[in-house]
Amino acid sequence: MSAPTLGAVWRASLRRELTLIWRSPADIVQPLFFFVVVVSLFPLALSPKPALLALVAPGAVWVAALLAVMLSLDGLFRRDQESGALDLLLTAPVVSVVPVAAKLLAHWLLTGLPLALIAPLLGYMLQLPVAVLDTLMVSVLLGTPTLTVVGAIGAALTVGLNRGGILLAVLVLPLYVPVLVFGAGVVRTALDGLPTGGLLAVLGAILALAVSLGPVAVALGLRISAGD
Amino acid sequence: MWKTIKRWYHQLGSPRYFYRFCEAVLPWLVPVSLALLAVGLIWGLVYAPVERYQGDSYRIIYIHVPASSGALMGYIAMGVAGLVALVWRMKMAEVMLKALAPFGAALAAVSLLTGALWGKPTWGTYWQWDARMTSMLILLFLYLGIMALQNAIRDPRQAARAAALLAVVGVINVVIVKYSVEWLNTLHQGATLKVVGESSIDASMKWPLLISMAGLWLLYAANVLIRARTEVLSRERRSGWVRRLVRDEEA
Repeated sequence: MSAPTLGAVWRASLRRELTLIWRSPADIVQPLFFFVVVVSLFPLALSPKPALLALVAPGAVWVAALLAVMLSLDGLFRRDQESGALDLLLTAPVVSVVPVAAKLLAHWLLTGLPLALIAPLLGYMLQLPVAVLDTLMVSVLLGTPTLTVVGAIGAALTVGLNRGGILLAVLVLPLYVPVLVFGAGVVRTALDGLPTGGLLAVLGAILALAVSLGPVAVALGLRISAGD
Repeated sequence: MWKTIKRWYHQLGSPRYFYRFCEAVLPWLVPVSLALLAVGLIWGLVYAPVERYQGDSYRIIYIHVPASSGALMGYIAMGVAGLVALVWRMKMAEVMLKALAPFGAALAAVSLLTGALWGKPTWGTYWQWDARMTSMLILLFLYLGIMALQNAIRDPRQAARAAALLAVVGVINVVIVKYSVEWLNTLHQGATLKVVGESSIDASMKWPLLISMAGLWLLYAANVLIRARTEVLSRERRSGWVRRLVRDEEA
């Protein structure tokens, strides 16, 4: 049997991953719900004063988005590992980077993208001026794919371990620092009325780095976890 | 020159040769490093001139600067060892990676502590979210993350390879973190010691600093060799040469 083309593998993997996530709506709804709940804790904990909230809103939305992505990644490879699909993926006669990349894209489309779409609403609830809500959305849109890819490296390395969750946080959160700094920074810059193009470009550059090299690292991490 | 390096690389890649190398090097590396450290610290802390604006509080640089540079170098070394371990699957690189982590993490913690103690009289605060301090804090987190991952995986080879991937990703991350926090906030002074060009520190203060730096780095190296030697013996405990070693030791 000849090996299938990479395009066919890509399409089949993407369809499989999307179908799998689509059929368990909890995987889509729960990160979103978590995002909303965490953001709504800030006014309760700090103070409902609009001036203060607008000041902390960029950071609050960003920290919540970051945690939502990270927590959603914990189970990214676990189900595939339990069912044995992961071993098949690693032993298949194609480069494992392709199905891994499809998995990451599917995960981002149904987790990161909804977070970005709902972020302006949460920003508005935290009293951010309407004029900066588009910047908030673009920053989350550019930042979450990086969070997904980098977090997936950690998820790949911890897939076989019992205490995955907290270990994943310890590994991944320090790696999230640049995205958090620039992501929340863009929104604060917009809040000050300064141009944001340069910082968005930096976020984009980090995204390009993560998307180009990340899937290779994730595939390698899965191989290491499989005992290769 | 290149041939010698290549031969060294291949010889040190063999656990048995590495063990003999440790046995030959450690007996003088440990005393030399301790002596250098003692000379540098006593010279710097007692005899070096008082700084004009900061008074005696500046003397903490004789601990702070060697520790900070050691922590950074250690992490970069882990990244290099990680790359070698992943690409060439060299066992000794895995061993070195594991051996580098604990002392490096300790140095990062020392750097943060001494920096805080110096910051209080000079900046008026123990802690500030300054670029360099934040980078060092993240570096400490990265060290702890690597150690946590190694602890969590039972199989030593798998643990080492997982840590190797994390170290390589971490090194790329450290560079981006540095620029990101620099953009965020900067209060720390720039580098005083320069490899190229004139250092902005007087020779009477520079020499004790360089000596204590050399001492601490060598002590780090000695610590890494001791840890690596133990790890090699534990990994190779079923091989013939380790058995013979133990038998000779007992006889």
